[in-house]
Amino acid sequence: MLLLIPLLPFLGFLANAGFGRRVAKSVSGGVACLAMLASFAVSAVSVWRLTALPALPPGARVVDQHVFDWISSGEFHASFSLRLDPLSAVMILVVTGIGSLIHIYSTAYMHGERDAEYARYFSYLNLFASFMLVLVLGSNFLVMFVGWEGVGLCSYLLIGFWYVKRSASDAGKKAFIVNRVGDFGFILGVLLVYGRFGTVDFQAVARAASQVAPETAFGTLSVMTLLLFVGATGKSAQIPLHVWLPDAMEGPTPVSALIHAATMVTAGVYMIGRNAVLFSHAPETLSLVAGVGAVTAFLAGTVGLVQNDIKRVLAYSTVSQLGFMFLAMGVGAYAAGILHLYTHAFFKALLFLGSGAVIHALAGEQDLRRMGGLRKELPVTYWTFVIGAVAIAGVPGLAGFFSKDEILYRTYAGGHTFLWALGLATSLLTAIYMFRLVFLAFHGERAQAEPDSRASGLRSPELATSDGVARQSGEAAEAASPESPATVHRHVHDAPPAMALALIVLAFGSVVAGYAGLPHALGGSNPWERFLAPSFEEAQLQPDAGTGEAAGGSERGELALMAVSSVVAFTGIAVAAVCFLKRRDLARAVAERFPGVRAMLLNKYYVDEIYDAAIVQPIRLVSEHGLWRVVDARGIDGAVNGVGDSVWGSSAILRRAQTGSVRAYAASFFLGVVLIVGYYLW
Amino acid sequence: MSFPVLSSLIALPIVGALLLLVVRDGDRHEEVIRRIALVVSGLVFAETLLLWAEFDAASAEFQFVERYAWIPSFGISYAVGVDGISLFLIALTGVLTPLALLSSWESVHTRTRAFCMFVLLLESAMIGVFVSLDLFLFYVFWDAMLIPMYFLIGIWGYERRVYAAIKFMLYTMAGSVLMLLAIVGLAWLHYGATGRYSFDVLEMYALTVPTNLQFWFFLAFALAFAIKVPLVPFHTWLPDAHVEAPTAGSVILAGVLLKMGTYGLVRFAFPLFPMAATFFAPYLATLAVVGIIYGALVAMVQPDLKKLVAYSSVSHLGFVVLGIAAMNTQGLQGAVYQMLNHGVSTGGLFLIVGMLSDRRHTRAIADFGGLKAVTPRLVAVFLIVTLSSIGLPGLNGFVGEFLILLGAFTWDPRFAVCAATGVILSAVYMLWMFQRVNYGPVTDEKTAALADLQPREWAVLVPIVVLVVLMGVAPNLFLRPIEPSVQRIVDRLQEAAPAAIQARDHVFIP
Repeated sequence: MLLLIPLLPFLGFLANAGFGRRVAKSVSGGVACLAMLASFAVSAVSVWRLTALPALPPGARVVDQHVFDWISSGEFHASFSLRLDPLSAVMILVVTGIGSLIHIYSTAYMHGERDAEYARYFSYLNLFASFMLVLVLGSNFLVMFVGWEGVGLCSYLLIGFWYVKRSASDAGKKAFIVNRVGDFGFILGVLLVYGRFGTVDFQAVARAASQVAPETAFGTLSVMTLLLFVGATGKSAQIPLHVWLPDAMEGPTPVSALIHAATMVTAGVYMIGRNAVLFSHAPETLSLVAGVGAVTAFLAGTVGLVQNDIKRVLAYSTVSQLGFMFLAMGVGAYAAGILHLYTHAFFKALLFLGSGAVIHALAGEQDLRRMGGLRKELPVTYWTFVIGAVAIAGVPGLAGFFSKDEILYRTYAGGHTFLWALGLATSLLTAIYMFRLVFLAFHGERAQAEPDSRASGLRSPELATSDGVARQSGEAAEAASPESPATVHRHVHDAPPAMALALIVLAFGSVVAGYAGLPHALGGSNPWERFLAPSFEEAQLQPDAGTGEAAGGSERGELALMAVSSVVAFTGIAVAAVCFLKRRDLARAVAERFPGVRAMLLNKYYVDEIYDAAIVQPIRLVSEHGLWRVVDARGIDGAVNGVGDSVWGSSAILRRAQTGSVRAYAASFFLGVVLIVGYYLW
Repeated sequence: MSFPVLSSLIALPIVGALLLLVVRDGDRHEEVIRRIALVVSGLVFAETLLLWAEFDAASAEFQFVERYAWIPSFGISYAVGVDGISLFLIALTGVLTPLALLSSWESVHTRTRAFCMFVLLLESAMIGVFVSLDLFLFYVFWDAMLIPMYFLIGIWGYERRVYAAIKFMLYTMAGSVLMLLAIVGLAWLHYGATGRYSFDVLEMYALTVPTNLQFWFFLAFALAFAIKVPLVPFHTWLPDAHVEAPTAGSVILAGVLLKMGTYGLVRFAFPLFPMAATFFAPYLATLAVVGIIYGALVAMVQPDLKKLVAYSSVSHLGFVVLGIAAMNTQGLQGAVYQMLNHGVSTGGLFLIVGMLSDRRHTRAIADFGGLKAVTPRLVAVFLIVTLSSIGLPGLNGFVGEFLILLGAFTWDPRFAVCAATGVILSAVYMLWMFQRVNYGPVTDEKTAALADLQPREWAVLVPIVVLVVLMGVAPNLFLRPIEPSVQRIVDRLQEAAPAAIQARDHVFIP
């Protein structure tokens, strides 16, 4: 039963990879969507059956499926097995549910592609879903790693989907390689897990870890979890491995929504949640996780303030929100972190798909400075987008509020005041950059191209590529491509039905999803935490730390903090309204006042440039001019050839035997063989 | 006496080669010649599959053993047998030879008969190397293998083929002369201990070699094998040989010949001289790790496709040697498995590069670009093989790499940490190459006119893709038969470990 969940999208992949190029779009797209919807249905049934199992004792609410023995060597065994528990239940519902919506949305969004390209797109998308489901359902580190690398591969393929464009294939390659840096840590972490516990099964590792006392200093468990965390920073785009995610926006927008917002990038958070017991026993690593999360959240938020590409704003926002999730994990608020993962999946997918609708309507335009006033022309997109923005900003009553607040509250209650302040500041930034985006894109007047838009190097890549592809195939691409921006802005059209459907469902989710985690302080019972308790209770080292009250807080304190963060959210929105709606000159004045800061933020703290200068170029230069041309060619080979030449020179006589005729060689060889054999036989 | 399976495996290609002598050479007969060679190599492959089917996977012993006295006065015999370690290497030889012949179908048109004969003779010699249980016989096959390879490179190669062929020959000969000395020394030692000469491996295993001599003998064997692997810094023959060899030559060279070195370490150098092996293992591992990183870095900056793949072999074979040096079950089993993986993946890469250079008559990466739009099917297969080479889990390369890292980590984590950087680097050089060849706009009008995969090429690549997936998804199919034989060697090495540690303290260090 569990196997069906990843298998169905995989079959969809095989079907489209094999026959997709020969069938109509409705068939290839339909197969892909059906595969996802079927997988969603099976997931829903599986989760329903799971909830029927008793919650206690620990480990009772689990469904296992052993598929086959995968790798055995000596005492080492890794089977391909899947496991459903409350934590993976949340994940499969998010992946298949939101995944289905994004598949449906894509049928309209990608309609301008040729049939073969369309099928290729959907085959990758199905393959991605399949690997993602393997990642979350895998019951040991190795099966998780299959999914882990598999989603990385699909991300590579989808970011570089418009492979003709150099920047797209560069971005895909960068994503893969940066993730590999993380995998380096992950693999070593897995090796250490096996070395320490003699198994790679999550449950067995957790059980073994819970038998030992938590580390008080930096010991084996800390090293182990730190290595695993390196893997997580790669996959989930945390500092210092965050650099690939903004570039990943080169992919089609629905891909950004599915992979680079809602699902794959949360894999690192999920992995920590999956190994919560292990991480709980390594407080040193946990505080690092919290610190990295909070700092990433804040810094990414600052960069998001000034970006002009609508998708890049959302990309930095994603990095920032993922930072929040890591902050939650780091302070031991695992359920809260997963709640944020879940609510974020709704509103971030919504925001990305909304931005996709804008880009689609404007035939590839992504520059915020060339948008404006779209509110009336794109009502569905506008209203759903605003709901998403309100949700992420943390306005009370919507999804983001509950999850973010829970994280901030637990951070504060855990005594991490500085991290809490950082988180609160990030909330402010979030509200500002999101509403900056809303006001610039949807309000005001449509600005025609500003003079500096070309100078800043921002293009409209989706337009450029669709053009390129169309030219190459000699077909006119239908919806999105061939018109020039100037003409397009006159016939702006709102999202077609398939896209609108996805937007509306996600908007609905962005409102209500948070109520799953309605806290006690607001008269709820936090059913979310109770549902996830079987997955996390062994990780709670103090007996009743799970409810938060015991960790040093009180309901009154919680309410006060909620009030503070609500005020912060509204402040942010107000700031954005003043700067980007009422008095745009104000924002410009601030920017001109601090040109250095602005340049630094626009250039993302120069991290890419630093990596290039400090790592990439030195390795290339040393490899080419040091290792290859000097050590290899002149050093080793020079010595070999030197020996060869001197022997050659002294054997001028022998050279006459080198007649160059194969027949002569073969004859002499044969003669030699005959002589030797003859000698022995005689 | 049952059917002599192994002898017939060695003899079949030779018979095929002799059969070709009957056919007249020349263009008109080219098709017949190719077909005969292909059918013969296909029969060999079928027989290797039969061998696998009949093989008792639970046993660590040599099976299908045949033993005839050859030169009794020196204790030299014709002794062949197969165990879990050699079983799949033979099968690999069996599968790659017909693919190599098929790949040259349209690219080799001069002296086709001689070409096919050399390929078949090479196959005999390679199988001979893997099944020999007599050191002298092993040596004969080892050197016999050089000759057809020498001609394959020297006659049907690219521009600098003669230089490359001679370099290949001299390098290998230099090592094997030392090995011959050690082999004779062992036989003489056996004479001293028992009063009669012997070259039989199994009898040698029973021999206790004095510690001092172990060091020298091990060094002689290890050097011969290190050149063949090749370990840095004995590797510079490889890029030249690969680049200049015709596709079929590169495929066999990378796919099978390089495994001779690592096979020799597993079969002879380590179990014959366990104490010396224990002593030298860290040094070998150091060279292996240096090779992993060095090979990858140099591969990264190569402008020539074949050279890039050649240097990537240096990196991958470093993993294999590391696994052997770890001397535990996972490491050694991973190493044996990785030999097979490398044969399939790198063989596949050379096949694909061959198809590209046949089409475009260039191997320079810079001359390509945008292939994906022109030949999507070829690029799809290229992608799968590339991913297998960089160790994507679910495909074959991952299983071997992971087991090797696991073995190395259990032995000494420092080696595993250094080797694991290869995981990053392999992605760098392979994906960068892949991007420059396949993505981007079509930069050259010659590229725009290329044809996608032909039926013959599908026949070459489908077996590779099937193996890549099968060996990644169901590795136990292969690991189970390998394990008992590996375990026997591990046990043997571990027995000697305490003595080796003692020896390290107060016996001589050369």
